[in-house]
Amino acid sequence: MKYLFALFSSLLLALPAAAQETSPDALIKTVTNEVLDIVRKDKEIQSGNTKKAIELIEGKVLPHFSFTRMTQLALARDWRQANAVQQKVLTDEFRMLMVRTYSKALTEYKNQSIDFKPYTGKAGETDARVRTEIKQSGAGKNIELDYYLEKTPGGWKVYDIEVGGISLVTNYRDSFAAEIRNNGIDGLVKSLQAKNKSGEATSVKK
Amino acid sequence: MKTKLSAQLKSLALAGMVAGLLAGCATSGNPKDPIEGFNRAVFAFNEGLDTAILKPVAQGYDAVLPSPVRTGVTNFFSNIEDVFIGVNNLLQGKIPQAFNDFGRVAINTTIGLLGVIDIASDAGLEKHDEDFGQTFGRWGVGNGAYVVLPLFGPRTARDTVGLILDSAVDPVREHKPRGTRDAAVVLRLVNKRANFLAADKVVEEAALDKYSYMRDAYLQRRRNLIHDGNPPREAEASIDGDMAPLAAPHDAGVEPRASIEAPAGGPVALHLARTEPVAASQ
Repeated sequence: MKYLFALFSSLLLALPAAAQETSPDALIKTVTNEVLDIVRKDKEIQSGNTKKAIELIEGKVLPHFSFTRMTQLALARDWRQANAVQQKVLTDEFRMLMVRTYSKALTEYKNQSIDFKPYTGKAGETDARVRTEIKQSGAGKNIELDYYLEKTPGGWKVYDIEVGGISLVTNYRDSFAAEIRNNGIDGLVKSLQAKNKSGEATSVKK
Repeated sequence: MKTKLSAQLKSLALAGMVAGLLAGCATSGNPKDPIEGFNRAVFAFNEGLDTAILKPVAQGYDAVLPSPVRTGVTNFFSNIEDVFIGVNNLLQGKIPQAFNDFGRVAINTTIGLLGVIDIASDAGLEKHDEDFGQTFGRWGVGNGAYVVLPLFGPRTARDTVGLILDSAVDPVREHKPRGTRDAAVVLRLVNKRANFLAADKVVEEAALDKYSYMRDAYLQRRRNLIHDGNPPREAEASIDGDMAPLAAPHDAGVEPRASIEAPAGGPVALHLARTEPVAASQ
């Protein structure tokens, strides 16, 4: 069955017109391999050039992410309190924060290999969890890295990433809620902007 | 061991009392973190200690020792840990996992030269992560309040009790003579800290408020560990503003395990509850 499925998805990959029908696990695998291939060859990213890592992510990774959904998840019930303009700003700032975090993680990448676990989702589903594992060179327990994706008209989009069971999105929920409780939506916008600015300053220095 | 355990209990009871006293004046809107004021103070203390001593030492250690040596040190202590990881798997009724862990110890201690080389992983015996706190969680004990312990860092009330047991049976601390033991405890700590240097940078980049970021990451991580990587997906907020339970399409084929909040059943029932889905998910 698995072979049939693999064959099926590779057939789909071969047809550009049907590109958005790519299965979620195939998508994650392709993008991961593509990005890591570049990082392995790029000495600048390896030595901590966050700016270059950000460029790589902007080009290869971000098109497959749904930042509106991510921001909604992080804000939970407070999302509705925000007006359209605030929602837009929040999404942009949260996107920036995610990009910075992700690119920082890439610069810390040390040739670990990624294992792709068998995909258990079924055809016709609109929500998927793709499980991968980072193999630690030498010691230690492997780190699980799971992607959650939703099917959209533009193809599968990642809306959550879990590292060792820690969701990079919902981990912000309580602190965002506390910030909004104390300083309102605009308070959260301001602190996100301040955080992104300070990140920019340090990455320029490096 | 008994006297040590009671001494540890005493100091923790004291910490608990102080926490209780401070709880009265601490203001917090978060039900998971009723003593946030106290916790933040201890967190700041721990961070200060880390910045002043532990982190610089770990950075030096990381810079001086070649990576294979550091891996060897990590493996050596990891092998010692495997003994009680196996015991905890037994206590949780996970017999095959326990045998896996004891098999790891047998192979790594002998062929792996006292644990320095992790041959068992290459042989397909997977490394697990268990401790007494997780065992209690598995048995149905809830988190209790979140607490930041001086030196030890984030725990829940349940995991604090787990920590006391973990330390009481810790072979490294039982080791004699004292000089070797102290050196081993310090080496283990520094090595562990060095392993977190990379993750540290990512957290600094990610966190708006490091205290709450670490707290929520700790709570999510423990929840995940107790369920061995397959916790029931938490309620997802719908845009309507309710915290509607998610219809859990991700978990298709993965039965929700006995949850931490539902103590019914005990270890045997928990064991039964998880045999099938684990096989399916691995």
